[in-house]
Amino acid sequence: MSDYIKDNLNKDGIDRRGFLKCMAWVGTGTLCVLKGGVLKSYALSDVMQHKVGDFKGDLSFVQISDSHIGFNKAANPDVTATLREAIAKVNALPTPPSFVLHTGDLTHLSKPSEFDTLAESLKSLKTERIFYVPGEHDVLDDNGAMFRERFGQGAMGDGWHSFDRNGIHFVGLVNVMNLKAGGLGSLGTEQLEWLQKDVSGLKSSTPIVLFAHIPLWAVYPQWGWGTDDSEQALSYLKRFGSVTVLNGHIHQTMQKVEGNVTFHTACSTAFPQPQPGQADSPGPMKVPDDKLRQVLGITDVNFVRGNHSLAIVDSTLA
Amino acid sequence: MKKTRWILGVVLTALAAFTSIAVTRPGVAKAGDQPSSAEVKIDNFSFGPTTLTVAAGRTVTWKNNDDVPHTVVSDNKVFKSKALDTDDKFSYTFTKPGTYNYFCSVHPKMVAKIVVQ
Repeated sequence: MSDYIKDNLNKDGIDRRGFLKCMAWVGTGTLCVLKGGVLKSYALSDVMQHKVGDFKGDLSFVQISDSHIGFNKAANPDVTATLREAIAKVNALPTPPSFVLHTGDLTHLSKPSEFDTLAESLKSLKTERIFYVPGEHDVLDDNGAMFRERFGQGAMGDGWHSFDRNGIHFVGLVNVMNLKAGGLGSLGTEQLEWLQKDVSGLKSSTPIVLFAHIPLWAVYPQWGWGTDDSEQALSYLKRFGSVTVLNGHIHQTMQKVEGNVTFHTACSTAFPQPQPGQADSPGPMKVPDDKLRQVLGITDVNFVRGNHSLAIVDSTLA
Repeated sequence: MKKTRWILGVVLTALAAFTSIAVTRPGVAKAGDQPSSAEVKIDNFSFGPTTLTVAAGRTVTWKNNDDVPHTVVSDNKVFKSKALDTDDKFSYTFTKPGTYNYFCSVHPKMVAKIVVQ
């Protein structure tokens, strides 16, 4: 069985076999390479053995997510330890990341001591800068005031921001505020207007990377795994040749390609959550102690100039 | 002196007993129908029961049994809890009849209601 997409019938860069295989890799490590809008998936083990050189680019960065500092229940009684293991994993990468994205749920209960522990732990990350967006666990009770004060310097509104690196435009979005009864994640009118303006002056050839906590695609709305107004946000990005969307929240890797957009969710560094619909609720999932590190991890993203490709590598803490 | 204190004690006890009967009598009948407080349990990202009917004046207590924090927020902001960690409780006393829709502002798919009669 091949480890790349053979039958690209729908011109979406993914075939059924590839999709199923991708799903089977959840928690074991996947490399997805986006080239000219076509996604190719490889088993991480193959990449590590043979092809890692192929994916070195002009820019590499790492996504970490869902540290949930303060969580101490059965699913992982020591989330600070696993965060430190994730940091060690990042520090051991052959190419040090230019920067790190944390896609939210830094803490479990938005407590000052939890933010302290997170900030202290991340000081040992070997990278120039860390960019953050909040998760719903970071904005409890104070609408995110403490998060923004400590991790959202220079951000707009509820904490959204954008920056450019190596010709790529990065946009951090906030979809965990002012949630409506019965609804999903929400970006809100003010942020959407800002986003539209933010990308309006960019050339269509500019690769775009959006990152936000809750998935910007309907992963499983029954569990709240989606964002009500994400379609509106993505409509502003239709003219761009390469759009990559990086999310957290669901504590497992998952990916999808739709037209010019590649969606990807990262593992948590704290605890796994069940696959959609495979449990009564999306709560923390207890796995045997010796299996925990296989379902936690980090995401490494490489950009190759010239062919506008982003190679996304998930690796576990095992 | 001792005798005076004894009489005073009897009078006060009798007064207290009379007062308490007079005051509590209207409530005694109701208390027989329903417990004085009602509980909503938060389990597996849902409120149970999803519809709870109580008499006006009742206090409803929510308890979070999940491993993740939840909140209890009425749609029109009549009541709003802080984030409830595992085993935390929140109570609200409903004085006015009506239907109170509420949700968890952290996981807004969690919706339920209290009907006050």
